[in-house]
Amino acid sequence: MRLEYFQLIDRIVELDLAGETIRAQARVPETSTILEGHFPGYPLMPGVLLIESMAQTSGWLLIGLTQFTRMPFFAAVKEAKLRSFVTPGQELMLTAKLLHQGSGYAVTKAEIRVNEKLVANAEITFRLVEFPNAEFRASIDRMASVIEFPTAARAHG
Amino acid sequence: MSSTFDTVANIISETCDIPRDTIKPESHAINDLGIDSLDFLDIAFAIDKAFGIKMPLEQWTQEVNDGTASTEQYFQLNNLCSRIDELVAAKSA
Repeated sequence: MRLEYFQLIDRIVELDLAGETIRAQARVPETSTILEGHFPGYPLMPGVLLIESMAQTSGWLLIGLTQFTRMPFFAAVKEAKLRSFVTPGQELMLTAKLLHQGSGYAVTKAEIRVNEKLVANAEITFRLVEFPNAEFRASIDRMASVIEFPTAARAHG
Repeated sequence: MSSTFDTVANIISETCDIPRDTIKPESHAINDLGIDSLDFLDIAFAIDKAFGIKMPLEQWTQEVNDGTASTEQYFQLNNLCSRIDELVAAKSA
């Protein structure tokens, strides 16, 4: 994770486009200015960033399903549950499954586990929009490489 | 059409917390009921699931933005229900 750059997942472990699921992993950093503030003397991964990490995991699933032709923008979150504290150094296993892909929007169900224990889950809605410009699209391509987006699942539109 | 309208009106009422008896076939989802685009995503999700269809929202929005269609054609509820009926019929054809 690079919290300050809003990179909330480290690596895509598995992307199953036929099954419409994704698995990713992320390690909470030991130190971060965000953790210094949340909270002094008692660092905890902020719940809103756990939700963001589920959104990013879901987002990469949707980017794969739309073959890099649409950018998913976070639109709504329902039934978000933050079940346990997440602390520096913990390894997160994130999964997301497509619930529905409509026209111009999609809904996923995502969860985070630490040592197989469910620590957070949510249902997330996205707007699916054409990439607003080439620079943005190129940045997504670069990030896809950083997080090891499976080459076989990529098709440049 | 009437059962389609009842289903859609119930979805709108539950999703947006709008009293069911204020939702009429001639109601315009945006202008009369004040439904915004985010709420309409929830409604679209529920309609897609209820009818087993995929409403072409991107296409409709594009047509409205291009001026080739009016919002009444897609977002006035009796017209919306007609579109849904057409999509259901096309699916089973």
